[in-house]
Amino acid sequence: MTGRRALLVASAAAAAALAAAVPSLGLPQYYISLLTQTWIFGIAAMSLDLLVGFTGLVSFAQAAFFGTSAYMIAVLATQYHLVAFWPALGIALGTTAALAALFGLLALRGEGVTFIIITLALNEIVWGLAYQWVSVSGGDNGIAGFIRPPVFGLDLSGTAAFYRFTLAALLVCLALLAAIVRSPFGLVLRGVRDRPRRMAALGYAVQAFRYAAFVIAAVFTGVAGVLFAYYNEFVGPVNLSLDTAVQVLIMVILGGVGTLLGPLAGAAVVVFVSNALSNLTQRWELILGAIYVAILLFARDGLVGIGHRVMRVLGAAARGAGPAARPVMSPPPGGRGEP
Amino acid sequence: MTFYAQNALNGLAYGSLLFMIAAGFTLIFGLMRIVNIAQTAFFLIGAYIGLMLLHAGVPFWIAAALAGAAVMAAGLLIYRVFLHRYHADELTALLLTLGFALMLDDLALAAWGGDPQSVPPPPAFASSVQLGPLVFPAYWLTLIVLSALVAAGLRLLERRTMLGAVIRAGVDDEEMTRGLGINIDRAFYVVFALGAFLAGAGGVLGSPITGAYPGLDGDLLPLAFAVIIIGGIGSLEGAYVGSLIIGLVSTFGKALFPELSYFTIFVPVAAIMALRPQGLLGRKR
Repeated sequence: MTGRRALLVASAAAAAALAAAVPSLGLPQYYISLLTQTWIFGIAAMSLDLLVGFTGLVSFAQAAFFGTSAYMIAVLATQYHLVAFWPALGIALGTTAALAALFGLLALRGEGVTFIIITLALNEIVWGLAYQWVSVSGGDNGIAGFIRPPVFGLDLSGTAAFYRFTLAALLVCLALLAAIVRSPFGLVLRGVRDRPRRMAALGYAVQAFRYAAFVIAAVFTGVAGVLFAYYNEFVGPVNLSLDTAVQVLIMVILGGVGTLLGPLAGAAVVVFVSNALSNLTQRWELILGAIYVAILLFARDGLVGIGHRVMRVLGAAARGAGPAARPVMSPPPGGRGEP
Repeated sequence: MTFYAQNALNGLAYGSLLFMIAAGFTLIFGLMRIVNIAQTAFFLIGAYIGLMLLHAGVPFWIAAALAGAAVMAAGLLIYRVFLHRYHADELTALLLTLGFALMLDDLALAAWGGDPQSVPPPPAFASSVQLGPLVFPAYWLTLIVLSALVAAGLRLLERRTMLGAVIRAGVDDEEMTRGLGINIDRAFYVVFALGAFLAGAGGVLGSPITGAYPGLDGDLLPLAFAVIIIGGIGSLEGAYVGSLIIGLVSTFGKALFPELSYFTIFVPVAAIMALRPQGLLGRKR
């Protein structure tokens, strides 16, 4: 096990080093931009995975949190002349956390599907606010006229510099989310996901854990929103539209629910495929929708599951007909039903 | 006074339109526990098909019926091929309908282009009615009446027919209903078809008010969901009451706080969630 762990750490470090070296490889700026987008949406997708994959809550309100922190950056810079990175980040994330604290109180009044519907309605209300409250948000025109501030004295205005900055942010978020998922708190979340009634009987405050996960996921998504505002140096209503919420959810499902790294891969696929397809055809949304439906129908465990299966087949071929491998997503012991 | 009366009537008309979406939504969820996110996409497709038929010279009401039938056929196909396996799995069903909503949205854009289109009301109802100091489009009054009739018809169907009895039994206890030898799968198909038909025909009936444009489905979805949250998911009466409330709130919101009109819907939704999470007429599960 320790050998495997060392291998894992080594390969992760190698992957991170490779990713950090990308701007020096002479790739066109276009691809570096797409990778930057991948890291940003990867943070959003991983934080949604904390909810969907580890807590069992499907939220459509993530775009509201993504967009709120993005708008905060823009409003602070253009209307309050607050451009310094750390104070702006703090205020943006604080506002997002406060909004999530309010939304969580309302949405968690509903169970299951009702929760989903409420988060969707809440997201659309925030979108409507950004769209219609022209004096603050600029309405459909959004807000431009702010630039990336230096961080730790580093100038981020260049594509490569900002790429490395988002990569660093991604790694920090990944490490924090992985730590959360592995902590006792993360274990309780999984218990809440699989056996809410049993967890309640064991004395865990199920709703409080769901609430905490909801707010934590919102803050991480807020980090992605801040980065996206700086990436575009522009914010608009589309940043908090249902389309964005759906796109992030598709990344999570495409990549593999409950795996953290899967949603990151899903983000890469969605960013690259949608850009490649939109160069080829206007109907890329249709194709992306079809891919998404196909994944739902035929590969519920997403890219990670497909990868596992490919590895298993390759492994079995290498070993000859080896022993049957264990299922990719083992069902919780004792079946799905509540005790 | 005139201001309030005028907006109240506008709000009722808008709410009547929302009911055509919410009715199918709540029936489908109540029986099959499928959250059909594509319901507003059905509405949009219905509106476009109706518009095409109107341009071809088909009378308005027949166009509504035909568009409803076309959407119903598409809905049945989606249900038969994809959805009917996922009754027990609410989440997969919801995510699937989301995928179909995205695809239908893009197909509509491909088929009918991106320009907003306005739809004329039927000629016989194109005039205005003078009610004291109020001037009100006759078609909007017609829509209010029509939607009330649909609500009454659906209630009769649910309470007074054999099919309604099967539906109510299925809502209460699907397994027991099956155990009694009742073919509940047929009721599933009928309810899904009915929901799709109402949304498709509603698209034509509502299009003189909303117009038809890409993104209309996305604009209506939160309103439809607000209706369901307020009325109580699965309740037909709740869907009607919720529709009228949301119609009124959003219309008065637009008139009184034009910058925050979308936000005003939040007020009843938040109040309901805080005080009565199962909705006004919903049942505790």
